[in-house]
Amino acid sequence: MEILVVSLTVFVLALFIGVEIITKVPPTLHTPLMSGSNAISGITLVGAILSAGSLGPQAATILGFLAVILATINVVGGFMVTNRMLGMFRRKD
Amino acid sequence: MGNALINLAYLASATLFILGIKGLTHPRTAVRGNQLGAIGMLIAVVTALVDQQVVNYVWIIAGLVIGSGIGALMATRVQMTDMPQMVALLNGFGGAASTFVAGAALLDALQIDLALITPQFIVATAASGLVGTVTFWGSLVAFGKLQGIVKDVRLPGAQIFNAILLVVALALSVWLIVDPTAVWIYWAIVVVSSILGLSLVFPIGGADMPVVISLLNSYSGIAAAAAGFVLTNNALIITGSLVGASGIILTSIMCRAMNRSLTNVLFGIWVPSDAADSSDDVYGGRVKAANAEELAMLMETARRVVIVPGYGMAVSQAQHAVRDLVNLLEERGAEVEFAIHPVAGRMPGHMNVLLAEADIPYDKMKEMDEINPSFEQTDVVIVIGANDVVNPVARTNPSSPIAGMPILNVDKARSIIVIKRSLSPGFAGIPNPLFAADNTLMLFADAKKGALDIMNALKAV
Repeated sequence: MEILVVSLTVFVLALFIGVEIITKVPPTLHTPLMSGSNAISGITLVGAILSAGSLGPQAATILGFLAVILATINVVGGFMVTNRMLGMFRRKD
Repeated sequence: MGNALINLAYLASATLFILGIKGLTHPRTAVRGNQLGAIGMLIAVVTALVDQQVVNYVWIIAGLVIGSGIGALMATRVQMTDMPQMVALLNGFGGAASTFVAGAALLDALQIDLALITPQFIVATAASGLVGTVTFWGSLVAFGKLQGIVKDVRLPGAQIFNAILLVVALALSVWLIVDPTAVWIYWAIVVVSSILGLSLVFPIGGADMPVVISLLNSYSGIAAAAAGFVLTNNALIITGSLVGASGIILTSIMCRAMNRSLTNVLFGIWVPSDAADSSDDVYGGRVKAANAEELAMLMETARRVVIVPGYGMAVSQAQHAVRDLVNLLEERGAEVEFAIHPVAGRMPGHMNVLLAEADIPYDKMKEMDEINPSFEQTDVVIVIGANDVVNPVARTNPSSPIAGMPILNVDKARSIIVIKRSLSPGFAGIPNPLFAADNTLMLFADAKKGALDIMNALKAV
């Protein structure tokens, strides 16, 4: 139960930080914000790696493997496409 | 000790993610912000790889290689016009990953250590499965609609059907808490959520896609946070809630910009509009068509020009032609700015990316509230492929379907040029009196051809 409370605390505080920062992102950058936040939501990759590499049942390993693929697409695709878009905004500086 | 180190590393990546998003608050710092985020991710991945729980690297490496290949291919190949589709797919993949991670964690816990299975573990697992699956299927439908493969499907009673599905999914979740060894219940939740995801997004129309994509973005974050609760991993919880917050904020911006309530968008409700004027009443004999030469003469003396881009500009890939027209006008001494409505295009900020692709500096792209007061001092407004977002009916007719929607007040400018293929209505399905206004001239052409024709005519003047 104590762990749950700690986790909930972290969750709620992070929500507030998120609202604080993201309202400051200008509308011009809203598309890169979405693709960039997509990339970091690929953090599920961490959980996927733990499942795909642990000594669990075969089924869990396969699910982990699929999750690693999907989350990696998110991470790599998200960061790369965001970088590509942001480069366009910077060019004229 | 090892555990503390691992958690510290996750804290470092979460911090880098926050700093990364902070970088996105200005175009100058944004590239660096994105790189900080990527470094944070690298730290998190390395930390997971050295975790002592990981004993077999074959599947991990295979997955990383396949995923990186697909991701890199998507990121380098995608056209800027198709960014909404790309983001929709990425949302969906994130959701599916969370569903699989939660399922795998449940299987692992059952085999390795039953003590891990607490009610909170199961609640988080069920939440991850539900939200992740809805995100996946909802995003696939959104992708299909943006791509033009999937049509809007509206069935009577869909709302009741969705409510029943949600209740069934929640009931199954309770059952899973009571009997966590019955793994099939988890997959039953996934099946029910799949149907729910499909039936939620199928009825939603194209105009509401910016809202849907933002909302699914938020869901993918919430699913990741739920997976964080399953694994008691703070990196996932923090990141998931950041993304969840980001999506919700964008969703509410989009809803406000369309004057639609979130519930109406989600349940596909359009307020019926019996008071809409017929297009004959609005247009009858009052629409003035012009050719490029006449328009060039009008623009020749303009000191201040504002361009209003819409989805039509994206469709005809006119951004480069528009850029050339802007350069020509500036060479002739005119001041040129872009007026960008929050819901122009198919996702938040879509127009800005297209214009940036054509090398148009971001300081020329003005938000609605910033540029609206300046239209009275504007000589010429050029509306390219936009319709509903410049319809003055939103201000004047309280019974119109777009009544109260904030619009760009281009009708206050001295002259308005509308480049549009025909008088066909926009997503709202209503005629636009702006096209028949005394100070409006229509150039009936594809956005790209229209911009090029005006430019060539202007060069000849």
